[in-house]
Amino acid sequence: MLGDGGWIGLLESLQKLGRWGLGSLESLGRSALFLLHTLLGVVQAPYKLRPVLRQIQVIGAGSFLVIFFTGAFVGMVLGLQGYYTLSKYGSASALGAAVALSLIRELGPVLTALMVIGRTGSAMCAELGIMRISEQIDALDCMAINPYRYLVAPKLIAGLLSIPLLTAVFNLVGVFGGYMVGVVLLHGNGGAYLASMRDSVTVVDLKMCFTKSLCFAFLLVWICAEHGFWVNRRAWGFGAEGVSRATTSAVVVSSVSVLVADYVITSLMM
Amino acid sequence: MTQSEFCIKLVDIHKSFGAQAVLRGVDLDIERGATTVICGESGQGKSVLLKHILGLIRPDRGQVLVEGEDVTRLKGAALNRLRTRFGVLFQGVALFDSMSVFDNIALPLRERSRLPEAEVEKKVTAALQTMDLEGSADKFPAQLSGGMKKRVGLARALQLEPDILLFDEPTTGLDPVKSHEVYRLFFETQKKLGYTSIIVSHDIPKIFNLADKIAILHQGKVRACLAPESLQRSRDPFVRDFIVRVMGSAHSSRDEV
Repeated sequence: MLGDGGWIGLLESLQKLGRWGLGSLESLGRSALFLLHTLLGVVQAPYKLRPVLRQIQVIGAGSFLVIFFTGAFVGMVLGLQGYYTLSKYGSASALGAAVALSLIRELGPVLTALMVIGRTGSAMCAELGIMRISEQIDALDCMAINPYRYLVAPKLIAGLLSIPLLTAVFNLVGVFGGYMVGVVLLHGNGGAYLASMRDSVTVVDLKMCFTKSLCFAFLLVWICAEHGFWVNRRAWGFGAEGVSRATTSAVVVSSVSVLVADYVITSLMM
Repeated sequence: MTQSEFCIKLVDIHKSFGAQAVLRGVDLDIERGATTVICGESGQGKSVLLKHILGLIRPDRGQVLVEGEDVTRLKGAALNRLRTRFGVLFQGVALFDSMSVFDNIALPLRERSRLPEAEVEKKVTAALQTMDLEGSADKFPAQLSGGMKKRVGLARALQLEPDILLFDEPTTGLDPVKSHEVYRLFFETQKKLGYTSIIVSHDIPKIFNLADKIAILHQGKVRACLAPESLQRSRDPFVRDFIVRVMGSAHSSRDEV
């Protein structure tokens, strides 16, 4: 039998569990409403091109070099590892197919999304968080300017346009990096590299790549922007520390979400 | 006084944040075209009250009637339509720090009006002149002094020619000369545009010179809402105690402004 102290402890644990459950539900509902308002903001007139172009410059052009170098080195590592492994089985001629399929089906979309989260997603969250704690978002509300349309919708549109393009750059540079290592450095057969790639990569693979990059773009903008936009509604509250914790959380949650979504999309499209 | 002479009526507003009850039944009528100053000690919910009027915070109970419309029940386009009647100068000014002074002032015109860019430029240039900010158009908020930021905030708040202007601590952090400058601009623009204003301020007794009515917020309620002269003559022990604590001697002249 439980004593008085035991019952009180049990009730307190139940209370904590209930509070956690309600908090999580509230957080989910808030995120869903945020997404709904943002989507409405995307279709709401007046349509202005300049904010979208500015965000494309920040998300797309600003991330180009990072994606270029990441793609090159990932391709080179794949070339090195692939050549070493395939040579053991006398299949070095399939190196092009191995590098291209690994990049297009998995590494290209996933690593591009993770790099953009690190570079732009965190900045997006911090920017909106600072705007929230310094009452700039309230000021927009007071001027009857829809902050979802003005601040978040251009980021979503720019993300959906830029991230698939960045993924394409990642894949292209990666394939070239694999070629440089497998063919130029290790003296593999260049013709076989390109032929195996051409024979193995199909439209289905490209569709999967495009679908993944679109979904990841959607997820990362949604999660990072929502964390910053509603920084004051979370337990970490106002102030610089609140923004810092929101940014950390945005990066972690969006990165994990991308990996989970990657598995789900792969399993659905296999 | 008939009801139509009040443009805002707060009726029995209650608001708690967690276990902390901030507003416990606020009733307040704001007279059209007049200046109402809300004062009280820190943490009494003065800024929270302003955010209720703007519909940024919804009360747990009560009504916020602006021209007869209950802000607490408005959403979306209806709330936005009502908000176009307001101009707000926030405590921290809330300028957009990644935009120049010019773009900050132009923002409401670019987003909320259909004016061509040439007209926007004309209006913003005129506003910069009125606020003595010529030469600062290309500066960013971080490059401005506190007083200049307040003037930019005031210029931005006035761009859509609002009927009602809300000021949250307009002179906090400013020296007496800069405070006087902000009050002078406020007084001049109100005389010109005739807007209703609500000022939350600690700047006592100086702010009394601008006020038509002074509302004292204490322990979540409006304990008094009177003209400055009546406030100083009040026999209510709470009001007398407040006057003695914050003013010491009587101030009711407008000559300083």
